[in-house]
Amino acid sequence: MTDERLKPVSSLRRAMIRPELGAICGVILVFAFFLMVAGDSGMFAPAGFQNWLVVSAQFAIIAVGACLLMIAGEFDLSVGSMIGFAGVITAILTVQWGWPAWLAILVTFAICVGLGAINGLLVIRTGLPSFIVTLAFLYILRGLTIWLSILTTRQTIIGGVREAAEGDWLAALFGGVIFKGFFRWLGEIGLLETFARGARAGQPVVEGVPMLIVWALGLIIFGHWLLSRTRFGNWIFASGGDAQAARYVGVPVNRVKVLMFMFTAFCATVFAMCQVMEFGSAAADRGLLKEFEAIICVVIGGALLTGGYGSVIGAALGALIFGVVQQGLFFAGAESSLFRVFLGTILILAVIMNTYIRRLITGER
Amino acid sequence: MALLELRGVGKDFGAIRALSDVDLTIEPGEAVGLMGDNGAGKSTLVKIIAGNFAPTHGSIAFDGQPVHFTRPVDARNVGIEVVYQDLALADNLTAAANVFLGRELRRRIGPFRFLDHRAMNRRASELFAELKSETRASDVVRAMSGGQRQAVAIARTRLSDAKLVLMDEPTAAISVRQVAEVLDLIRRLKDHGVAVILISHRMPDVFSVCDRVVVLRRGRKVADKPVAASSPEEVTALITGAKEAA
Repeated sequence: MTDERLKPVSSLRRAMIRPELGAICGVILVFAFFLMVAGDSGMFAPAGFQNWLVVSAQFAIIAVGACLLMIAGEFDLSVGSMIGFAGVITAILTVQWGWPAWLAILVTFAICVGLGAINGLLVIRTGLPSFIVTLAFLYILRGLTIWLSILTTRQTIIGGVREAAEGDWLAALFGGVIFKGFFRWLGEIGLLETFARGARAGQPVVEGVPMLIVWALGLIIFGHWLLSRTRFGNWIFASGGDAQAARYVGVPVNRVKVLMFMFTAFCATVFAMCQVMEFGSAAADRGLLKEFEAIICVVIGGALLTGGYGSVIGAALGALIFGVVQQGLFFAGAESSLFRVFLGTILILAVIMNTYIRRLITGER
Repeated sequence: MALLELRGVGKDFGAIRALSDVDLTIEPGEAVGLMGDNGAGKSTLVKIIAGNFAPTHGSIAFDGQPVHFTRPVDARNVGIEVVYQDLALADNLTAAANVFLGRELRRRIGPFRFLDHRAMNRRASELFAELKSETRASDVVRAMSGGQRQAVAIARTRLSDAKLVLMDEPTAAISVRQVAEVLDLIRRLKDHGVAVILISHRMPDVFSVCDRVVVLRRGRKVADKPVAASSPEEVTALITGAKEAA
């Protein structure tokens, strides 16, 4: 029964050929490119660092949810609309209704995660592709958001959230920075540039680590741990790979998928809360196209659109590439409309490379 | 004592009687070939034993105890495993992950429980060695041959120390060399004292690995005899109805 045609595989090759390999190469290329064209523009100075890290972290937050859902075999196109919806709900509850911020945030999370569950249950019960079901929610939620906003405030932008959330313990988790003291100390000992003039003279140019980055790191670590170290993660792969086979051996496929829709909605809400606390306002058009940007990060990161294959680390690297390119072109002084050209090109190159790598791993032809 | 004992088992689907009055006894470690034309009731019988649905008439005893299965997991809990025709493997997972899917091994570190990939790979490798299959535990199933895939599906049944394995057309869609591999796997199961019910259309398979052959026609059992006392010609005649009973 020996198959003499089986080829031995070296452990080095095994360690190299990973789903994230394409994204790792992409990160190296993108950094090399921008070091050359924008190396002296301040992009790699502390303030510049913070600038593109924050943008990358935004992408990473929604990419983690989209990644796990895609590996489980489903899509969520309502992520962008969910971001706008969550922000407006929180703003209405705090600014218009005068609720304490913590309660408004908790209720928003409950509503949005509940909507995620409805998305999931509709996909499971009807057997329709999630593409269609969540496309419907893309429109339903965006429409509801604009209508609710106009109904309560007669405008599509609701300001004053930051004032309403001042001093709130839960709102603090989504806005502001941490490690302020550490960064001030870095400034004092000269490791970090400080403002020379103006109202903030003597303070470090980077105040601390924005909560947005803390959330992104937390979600990436959680997602990676869940996917690669837990039984549930194994079930996510199995549900996306062959749902029927997984059901036969007792994997609760429906529960796995619905939970992943809920997690995606949770990530979208985290994104919305961070955005609302940063801007101090909510707007009905926030989050436009975010669903596609999340999917692009995940695909650059090596995941397969049809499910069953991918990595959270890859998706996070995809988000980093996205953020660096978007902000890097600005630093390089390029025409901003070229951003999309650049992005589309990277997407195609990444997918071609990832397909090749995946064939090396899985042996599919 | 018989491992499995069916008494007067029948199944009605509305006005259609798919199976009527079937008696069947399986001894421990015995391999029985279940044959019959399409629509003869083979799948119905297997699905009743596997717990996919309950019989309309009759009773089932396993290990001497009366059993009433309503879900496949009931049958699995007493020691009956099924190797489905399409094998029910997730192509994107490794062989080891497929063997352990749904009953993964975990390691406890503080309050957290982590997948124990190392232990699962090791145990799966042991199972493949036991089945004398060259399947590598850490390989992805998508890249495997039909015979290797069968080995993965069969290793899954070994994991739970099943007493009875139902195999639905395991040799239907694989190459000649792989058929030999699968028949070897079935012999290996018998060596470990596992009883096997082999559903097959292929006469040579049944006559080379089974101890007994059972023939169904139009929902009734028309023959149940040792393969040594029968012949492929006789079984063909029984399946087609050229011969009424034996």
